[in-house]
This record gives sequence, C-alpha cells and structure tokens, in this order.
Amino acid sequence: MQALYAQLLVGLINGSFYALLSLGLAVIFGMLNIINFAHGALYMMGAFVAYFLLNLGGINYWWALLLAPIIVGIFGMILERTMLQWLTGLDHLYGLLLTFGIALIVQGVFQNYFGSSGLPYAIPDQLRGGMNLGFMFLPVYRGWVVVFSLVVCLATWFLIEKTQLGAYLRAATENPTLVRAFGINVPRMITLTYGLGVGLAALAGVLSAPINQVRPLMGADLIIVVFAVVVIGGMGSIMGSIITGFALGVIEGLTKYFYPEASNTVVFVLMVLVLLVKPTGLTGRAA
Amino acid sequence: MPDTAIAEAPARAASGGNILQVRNLEAWYGESHILHGINFDVNAGEVVTLLGRNGAGKTTTLKSIMGIIGKRSGSVKFNDQEIIRATSDKIARMGIAFCPEERGIFSSLDVRENLMLPPVVREGGLPLDQIFDLFPNLKERLNSQGTKLSGGEQQMLAIARILRTGASFLMLDEPTEGLAPVIIQQIGHTIARLKKEGFTILLVEQNFRFASTVADRYYVVEHGKIIDGFSNAELAANMDKLHTYLGV
Repeated sequence: MQALYAQLLVGLINGSFYALLSLGLAVIFGMLNIINFAHGALYMMGAFVAYFLLNLGGINYWWALLLAPIIVGIFGMILERTMLQWLTGLDHLYGLLLTFGIALIVQGVFQNYFGSSGLPYAIPDQLRGGMNLGFMFLPVYRGWVVVFSLVVCLATWFLIEKTQLGAYLRAATENPTLVRAFGINVPRMITLTYGLGVGLAALAGVLSAPINQVRPLMGADLIIVVFAVVVIGGMGSIMGSIITGFALGVIEGLTKYFYPEASNTVVFVLMVLVLLVKPTGLTGRAA
Repeated sequence: MPDTAIAEAPARAASGGNILQVRNLEAWYGESHILHGINFDVNAGEVVTLLGRNGAGKTTTLKSIMGIIGKRSGSVKFNDQEIIRATSDKIARMGIAFCPEERGIFSSLDVRENLMLPPVVREGGLPLDQIFDLFPNLKERLNSQGTKLSGGEQQMLAIARILRTGASFLMLDEPTEGLAPVIIQQIGHTIARLKKEGFTILLVEQNFRFASTVADRYYVVEHGKIIDGFSNAELAANMDKLHTYLGV
C-alpha cells in the first residue's frame, strides 16, 4: 500500500508541472492562437535562472520563485514583440515552426555551456524533511509543490474567469478588433498574456529544480507529454488544462503501480482515445 | 453637385458645431478599393444617417472612421483633431463609440461582463440605473450568457454597453437589422432619447422608414461615394430619388 501512495504522490507532483505548463499553453493559445513549442525551453530557463540567482547572486529559492518568472516572462515578451506578433493571421504551422526553432536554439545554447548532465539545486531549509502521515511518508518539499501549484493554477483561473482584466482577455480571444475599438490596447495585452504564460512555465521550472535537477533538456523531455495533456483537456480551456494536468499525473502514477510497462504511454493512449471520441478535447470548444 | 458641396450644404443648416469632418476618405480591403473619396460632416447633437444599398460602403465608412480598416487615406477630423492615422483604441479613447452590425456580443462573457467590458474613456457616461431604465430587459438577464439573449436584447446590450463609456459620438451600424417591428420601435425611442441626452449619432441604415423617425440629415452612399445629401425636412421631396437610390 505504501508503494501505491508513493506513486500517487509522484503522480500528483508530475500533475502539478503538467497543470502549470498546460495552463500557460492554454492561456497563450487562447489569446495568441499560437501553439507555443518554446514552452519547454522557457520552463528550463526558469530553473536555470533560479540556479544563477542562487549561485551567482546568492538569491535564495523564495526570491527565485518571484524573480525567475518575471525575468523569463520579460524574455518571453521580447520574443513576442520581436517575432511572434508578426505571425498574426497566419496559419498555426508558422507559429509552431517558429517556436520550435526558438526552443532548439535556447536549448542548444544552454547545452553548449552546461552540457547535458544535471546541476544540483538544494531544497530550501524550510522545506526539508518529511512528515509521517501514518499511511505514508510525505517529503515536505513535494507536498509544497503540489499545494503551491494548485494555488497558482486556481489564482490564474480566477484572474481569467472572474476579473475585469480576465473579461478583456476572454473577449479579445473572441474578437480582438472589436475589443480594441472599445479603447483597450490589445497588442499590449497580447504581449502581457504571453509574458504571463511564459512566467507560469518558468515558475514550474523553479519548483522542479530541487526535484529534477537543472538540465538543458529538462523541458524537451516534458513538453511532449504536456502537449498531450493540452490536447486531452482541450486547447484554450483554462479549467480543463488544470484538471486534466493533475488528473493525468495521477493516472500516470497509478499506472506505474498497477502496470509499470504502460506508464510512459498511458497519456498518449488516452490522447488517442479522446481524439477519436471528442476531437476538441474533454473541455474544449469547437473552432 | 460636387461631393464636398453635398457634404457642406446640409451641415450648415444644423445648429450644433461641427464634431466630425470626413474628407476624401478612401479605404481598401486588401486589393479591393471600397471607398473612393467620401465627404460628409456631422454636427454636435445631430442624428445623421448614411443610407445606401448593400455593399455601397456604409459599414466600411464607419469602420474607417473607427480605425478598424487597415488601409485608408484622406482626412477624418473629430473635434478638429486628425484621426486618420490613429489606432482604434486611441480613437475610442477620444470619445467615439462603435456598435457593429453583427452586434459583437461575446459568448464567453455573461450579460453583466459584456455590459461592463468597454472601459470608461471620459466622464459623462450614463450610469447603470439610467441604462436599465432605457433597457429594462437587460437588468433581468444580467447573469445569462451574452449570446443566449434574443436578437433584440443583443442589440440593446450592444448599444447599452457603449453608453457607459462617456463617448459622446456614437456610430450605430444597422441597429434594426433582423429585428421585429416592436423592437425596432423601441430602438427608435432609445435613439430619440439619446439625442435628447445630447449624444451625437451617426447611423447606418437600409430601412429609411425607421431612419426617418430619428434622423436630422441623410447622406446617400453608392459605390464608395456620397452621391446625395438632404435634411429630414427635405425627405418628402426626395422620396422618389431615394426609392431609386435604394432600389425599393
């Protein structure tokens, strides 16, 4: 039984990263109509920025949680202003190819300087150790990752679904021309939205650094699964991305316990099934 | 009569100061040249109607004034400020509000969110209680999804949301299209009341019987040009011509 709970916890942690990353992808797709293949590289950059802040600037994990998403978010906004904005109105394929190219360049640069092996990032003192829950041993840091990710996901959902700013975002997703004719600076809002999505990826990178180490290809390994999560949840659906992210993490964890051979493929099998039955994804809407 | 003369002659008859001046306005959709030098004026406090057949260029004229059409040239002055090169968000913030033909109600927003969406650009917008006084149906449907409203209610919502913003110059694109006669009558009463409140309105209509109940002046658009203009008092005398222009 201990092993089952341990796998459930691993599933929830993976689900946290899936949810944060797929949420960012959903926000970006909803607003910019771009399938952001650079998302994995930006997640990796979040982890590296945390590593640099600690090792070069002596800035600890807690500040990195705030600063890394801002720094990588600004990098994302520069990408949007200088490159992505020119793709407005073009076929999805162009955005996909451009962001894939950006991902390869960013990963290549980091690999050139840091190789492929992982760099260590220590768990902050306040989150070391674990708790015996009776039925299982819970490492504090892992519990923190799950709870913090859930809070960030729900805060993002609240921002988009329940605030005036979110209403601007949702309206601009439907009809950016009209929203702009109401007096809202839509191009600036698109840039900030891309920054928000990228910031969420960087935040996931910081959270992941003490668990998975800091590696140039850490995002490339994860992003394919995250795209499967987004397809299952439905492109552009905020709550769908969050729920599907956590749920698929748990399903993956349970598969590791009950049928380990299928644990690496279960997400893709589910993706195929969902595409066959509901091509727009579980919570997505038709184009 | 030359085009600019058409624009200026009836405008002088009106009492308010000149608020919008359009000169030699040309516009393109891609390679298609749609407007070929539009000239007209709107005075403060007036209701001016652009009449014309489908595809004449009425909607494109409104969109060009609003800055929505990418390629345009000529001159559009609002309160003596040139806006031909301004982006649509800046134009909106100067006090021009646009209600599109397709109404533009957002399906992902409920009625309250649709109503509160356009930001307040200046003081003097109608408060919510006055808006609900004009459109009582909306108050009862605040939590409904915007696109679940009837056609008439959607049109009311589309007009209501721009009244909040403080914009004093409203451009309404075919507000009666596809609506039942009783709703058209209600929209007419609303426009008349807005005029009394001091709003200036540029209306695009194909239904000149409706327009005649609210408009002070008319311009007829054909093939991307203004081909005639007259005041409401001259409407009866111009009826035959109008039938020919509109093909009715």
